[in-house]
Amino acid sequence: MGRITLENVRKAFGDVEVIPGVDLTIEDGEFAVFVGPSGCGKSTLLRLIAGLEDVTSGRILIDGQDVTAAPPARRRLAMVFQSYALYPHMSVRKNIAFPLKMAKMPEAEQQRRVAKAARILNLDSYLDRRPGQLSGGQRQRVAIGRAIVREPEAFLFDEPLSNLDAALRVNMRVEISQLHNNLKTTMVYVTHDQVEAMTMADKIVVLRAGRVEQVGSPLALYNKPANKFVAGFIGSPNMNFIDGEAAARHGAHSIGVRPEHWRLSTTEGAFAGQVGVAEHLGSDTFLHVDLDGGAHVIARASGEFPVSHGDRIWLTPQDDRVYRFDKQGLAA
Amino acid sequence: MATAHQRTLARFMVAPSVVLLLLWMIVPLAMTLWFSFQRYNLLMPGMEEFIGLSNYRYFLTDPGFWTALTNTLLMVAGILLISVVGGVGLAMLIDQPIFGQGIVRLLVLAPFFVMPTVSALIWKNMFMNPENGLFASLARAVGAQPIDFLGQYPLLSIIVIVAWQWLPFATLILLTSLQSLDSEQVEAAEMDGASAWARFTHLTLPHMSRAITVVILIETIFLLSVFAEILVTTNGGPGYQSTNLTYLVYSQALLQFDVGGASAGGIVAVDPRQHRGALPDAPDRQDAGLRGRTWHAAFPIRANGSSPSSPGRRPC
Ligand SMILES: Nc1ncnc2c1ncn2[C@@H]1O[C@H](COP(=O)(O)OP(=O)(O)O)[C@@H](O)[C@H]1O
Ligand SMILES: [Mg+2]
Repeated sequence: MGRITLENVRKAFGDVEVIPGVDLTIEDGEFAVFVGPSGCGKSTLLRLIAGLEDVTSGRILIDGQDVTAAPPARRRLAMVFQSYALYPHMSVRKNIAFPLKMAKMPEAEQQRRVAKAARILNLDSYLDRRPGQLSGGQRQRVAIGRAIVREPEAFLFDEPLSNLDAALRVNMRVEISQLHNNLKTTMVYVTHDQVEAMTMADKIVVLRAGRVEQVGSPLALYNKPANKFVAGFIGSPNMNFIDGEAAARHGAHSIGVRPEHWRLSTTEGAFAGQVGVAEHLGSDTFLHVDLDGGAHVIARASGEFPVSHGDRIWLTPQDDRVYRFDKQGLAA
Repeated sequence: MATAHQRTLARFMVAPSVVLLLLWMIVPLAMTLWFSFQRYNLLMPGMEEFIGLSNYRYFLTDPGFWTALTNTLLMVAGILLISVVGGVGLAMLIDQPIFGQGIVRLLVLAPFFVMPTVSALIWKNMFMNPENGLFASLARAVGAQPIDFLGQYPLLSIIVIVAWQWLPFATLILLTSLQSLDSEQVEAAEMDGASAWARFTHLTLPHMSRAITVVILIETIFLLSVFAEILVTTNGGPGYQSTNLTYLVYSQALLQFDVGGASAGGIVAVDPRQHRGALPDAPDRQDAGLRGRTWHAAFPIRANGSSPSSPGRRPC
């Protein structure tokens, strides 16, 4: 069981209020992702759950039990740090066994659990090496191994993939998702990368300046963003926003259209513009278009859409895919 | 240092200092070695001759030799123990975020900037003096008999004085090391259920082990030749109770004007310090002082006159 509940949790460092008040429930077995721009308080929120920071006010419950004042070790959570935080002078085996040793578990049971974790994470042949002799991806696995041997109520990950190269990041993303499928333990995962959030999460929590902007499944956030910030943050490339007269025609202060929701034509359409840069990915082409009104939008075209720099182009949003926002940026 | 050209250039650039350092070390060492096989007494000019190992036999069979050797080892071990254990403790203490941290750190480091003779004199006259020292006053205040530290426990007293001087050095090195300990590692250990003591033994100490080694190495080199503190406090006494090898060489040579014997003693006593060159960052101040001391030990007569030894370490 690992149901984590935050009740009006606030956190201030001195005079600076970093988390102005968060209410949130993460269900048992859920993969929750905190996502938001850098500096929005994701790590702070995670560290509050872990017990590495004290809350300024509010309560944190794990399985209904108030742990607000409990030290980290009592919360039965395991954390994987961005820097991996492996113990450099211990072998991989000792690193993974360290929490078990601290719990005074019998030696045989320790070895059994280490062996099991090593098997799951493909670390068998590295057990007697030091962390310094491992690659980034292997260190990441050791850090995860150290977390799973404790069989915690929940795992906390703080941007665990940000130190890996792009290819490895995709692999580890899949591995962590698989690990979640196998263990079915609650995971709370912090990232600034919306692709990680979309691909891994059961539930995404979008944060801005310490506030929860929206909570929901990846597709719910994609299809029904609550406000302009979430709409702009989720989806890649970002949603295009058009203000002014064109928006007024849709009865809104501002409208948003995702790059993949334009119909393109070389002869007619709702908005006319000139093709700037065309990014060819093979499967798709992303066209940067300067609209006649002055707005700059991105449109996704098929791989072989026949336009090039300087050509005229017409864009029409798909009718049911126009997002309307009022003056405050809330979805209308 | 990537290409052969760069390496050649680098060699040329460092050559002058290497040559100078070599001369600086090799010449005195060679001269000391040469004198140690000579009969060379300043009271008997013109009688110099090669006498083989006699000087060494004479020095090693001196009644004070074994006491001085034991004292030297006890002194080094005692001071190392105090400064390393105390240094770890102090470093951890002043690493805590406290009000006025900068001032506190400066104060802790202050003893390092006091000259050895001065600090020894302060300890002798202001703290340990059985008549009007601070400790005597304290003892009388609680109705106890004041202790004549330098008379009754001379070696221990000198160990305390020198340890007080070296504690800041150890603290500084260990504090630097402590500050480089990754805070996420500590937090990870905290989440792994490690108690404060377990975090200290499993994380902090192993992390500091290299710094501790450095402290032990550097201090050993300098502590083998403690001199000024003995000279201004106990003069090696009572008897040989606080005489170390360096001081033995000095006292023998000074009494007997025997350059040959002193050189032999110097080779015996000073030898470990010749490896100093391998250590890159011995503090300059101490280094200059040390060279002065070596000079004292091997050529005591000149040291009393116009010697190149540093002021403050000159026997007054
Ligand atoms: N220990 C601290 N003391 C003061 N301010 C902090 C501390 N930790 C974080 N902050 C501030 O809190 C804000 C949120 O930080 P953080 O949670 O690390 O952001 P994120 O992980 O989302 O990038 C930042 O503005 C940061 O400067
Ligand atoms: Mg962060």
